[in-house]
Amino acid sequence: MTGFWSRFRRRRLAMIGLIVVALVVALAVAAPYLYPQSPWKMVQRPFLPPFANAMVPLGTDTLGRNVASGLAHGAQVSLLIGIVSTLVALAVGVPIGAIAGYFGGLVDDLLMRFTEFFQTVPSFALAIVLVAIFQPSLVSVVVAIGVVGWPPVARLVRGEVLAQRRREYVEAAILAGQSHFTIITRQILPNVVSPIVVLASLMVATAILLESSLSFLGLGDPSVMSWGYMIGAARTVVRQAWWLSFFPGVAILITVLAINLVGEGLAEALDPRSSRDHH
Amino acid sequence: MKAKLLGTLATSLVLAAALAGPALAGPKEGGRANVVIQPEPPGIMTGIVQNAPAQMVGGNIFESLLRFDTELKPHPQLATSWEISPDGLTYTFKLHPGVKWHDGKPFTSADVVFSADKFLRETNPRTRASLSHVESITAPDDLTVVFKLKETFGPFIRMFEAGTLPMVPKHIYEGTDFKTNPANNAPIGTGPFKFGEWVKGSHIRLVKNPDYYEKGLPHLDEIYWHVIPDAAARAVAFETGKIDILPGGSVENFDVARLAKTKNACITDKGWEFFAPQAWLWFNHRQGVTADVRFRKAVSYAIDRKFAHEALWNGMGKVSTGPFADSTAFRDDAAVVKYDYDPAKAKALLKEMGYKGEVIRFPYMPYGETWQRWAEAIKQNLEDVGIKVELIATDVAGWNKKMGDWDFDISTTYLYQYGDPALGVSRAYVSTNISKGSPFNNVGGYVDADVDKLFAEGATGFPDSARQKAYSAVQKKLSEDAVYAWLIDLKFPTITHCNVKNLITTGIGVNDGFKDAWIE
Repeated sequence: MTGFWSRFRRRRLAMIGLIVVALVVALAVAAPYLYPQSPWKMVQRPFLPPFANAMVPLGTDTLGRNVASGLAHGAQVSLLIGIVSTLVALAVGVPIGAIAGYFGGLVDDLLMRFTEFFQTVPSFALAIVLVAIFQPSLVSVVVAIGVVGWPPVARLVRGEVLAQRRREYVEAAILAGQSHFTIITRQILPNVVSPIVVLASLMVATAILLESSLSFLGLGDPSVMSWGYMIGAARTVVRQAWWLSFFPGVAILITVLAINLVGEGLAEALDPRSSRDHH
Repeated sequence: MKAKLLGTLATSLVLAAALAGPALAGPKEGGRANVVIQPEPPGIMTGIVQNAPAQMVGGNIFESLLRFDTELKPHPQLATSWEISPDGLTYTFKLHPGVKWHDGKPFTSADVVFSADKFLRETNPRTRASLSHVESITAPDDLTVVFKLKETFGPFIRMFEAGTLPMVPKHIYEGTDFKTNPANNAPIGTGPFKFGEWVKGSHIRLVKNPDYYEKGLPHLDEIYWHVIPDAAARAVAFETGKIDILPGGSVENFDVARLAKTKNACITDKGWEFFAPQAWLWFNHRQGVTADVRFRKAVSYAIDRKFAHEALWNGMGKVSTGPFADSTAFRDDAAVVKYDYDPAKAKALLKEMGYKGEVIRFPYMPYGETWQRWAEAIKQNLEDVGIKVELIATDVAGWNKKMGDWDFDISTTYLYQYGDPALGVSRAYVSTNISKGSPFNNVGGYVDADVDKLFAEGATGFPDSARQKAYSAVQKKLSEDAVYAWLIDLKFPTITHCNVKNLITTGIGVNDGFKDAWIE
């Protein structure tokens, strides 16, 4: 573990990414203390430009709501949706991939054709359809992002498990009489956790982008302030009030970029073979 | 050389303009009006298709007997004069002589009888309902039509508006299936403009009727109604000059203020008096806390209408004070109980009734940006006084279904009042108009025998003082019960380039406005 940390620490970009992610997390955690009022509260006159009033440093939106408060509360929502929907995708993708890779044969064929079925549908289109059918809400958005996110997980896990399947320690476990379930969860999965962690970190970023896109199209939970919603609501006034789409846009860009940097850092740090190539 | 030539040209242009200037005191003849039509209507034969955009185009092809100014006073159109008998039961119209249909055939009283008695009774439910008060329609001679009523019906004269009672040609429709008649695709009317062509998804072109019976009208040569599906693109088309006229509702409200400030842009909120659209908040009277009058009053006090009026509607229209919109006849502001913005009163009422934080379902009207922002603002207003609200996002079809199935606690809406309470107000309050499946009837399920009776008296009362008495009483009762939370008497601003003159002259605005319009 210390080896991993020292390898990760040496990557400057990854460290920058980590610091930014930590700041976003801190902002999300601090949001209720920084802005105890609801981000939907109309606090000032509408269309107040940024830096004009210390109470609303980033200005107000079309209804006089505090943009800074929206950003802070939006960070909560974006991170929450990013993480929970990734967990959903893992919960579906890991078992399917592991079973397919471990048992092989007909089981593998069936599960992989099923997975491909999801992969052939453009993921964003599928997410839109799902949210539209189930009415936009926090749950339906998370489920939709999870549903379009699991196939790559399943394929990755399948490949990794397939590679482990012929190893001697697995043969030994089978001979020792361990059940399939125990072998998969106790023996194989711990050995393939690194690529899953890397993929998962990148999926969080994708999920945040997906949620923003859905909210932008008006398919977000109407009771939840998110960055995508803020941009979507600002779209029609982009020429009068640039700040309404600019700040949440920058927030999404920086957060997604930072998570990607962390993900790449993880990939390299978790793979000792690549560590010597970098400084 | 070239520069000099240009210079000379410029000089002569300036001279020409200077010379032409004084001569241009009157309307300028000719030219083309470029207008946005949004959304593209399913048809423009207004006897059959009644959607707002259909009426906007068709109102310049088809005419009715009368025309109404912004104060809803009747003026001659196809009828030159009219007489109402002292008992209020007989209406006699004298028709304009020498009127021709667009195909050259003469327009006579037989067409009027056919339109009202046959055609519209079959095709237009709203007109049919009002015509149920009519006993007979007769034509003593070619230029006279007599309507005899079974009982007095105050708003009767207001039926003779182009969208409600358009005159359709008997010689083309008699004996045919009205809905499939080929003339529906190339309509023939008596109006100042004739149908030109319709390229679906692109534009509808109307051309001047050179044989129009009012001499000297219209001034324009043609009208192009452009179909542009995106609101931002419509705004850009206006700025680049491709479009001269943005009828109400064709750009987002937030863009209205910006466009109004652009060069050569003129804006007016006139031309909606006849329709008098009013926005309100439905309450579901059938169950839960919304059945409690104290809760409805609390909501009425909690909503900051002035804020929405300023921030979302750019100050266009008026803050509602009661169930009758600002330009609707028989409005009696003195009779209504008013609910000004007063969160403290709202909180007190909630405490008195013992509201325990029940969540209110709010499937707001999905009619675009403004309505979503408004729902968010109302939710915030209500949460400020302690009412829990769940916003439910839908699309238009889903919303129609939810409202028609009564699957809501509160919701935003707006309905036209058609100038008269008997035509446009009573439908949202009388118990006889409760039926599942429509979002435009008494969706809230309000039932009160006195209100039913007063609306009936108002509709058939005679003379107007009797109607006023009934309507004043009903306004008092409805506001005491806080039946719905009335929000804003809407006006949808029309934006034009300032060189478009004389466009909005009547209570239905662009719907019949091109008759008098000209472009400088």
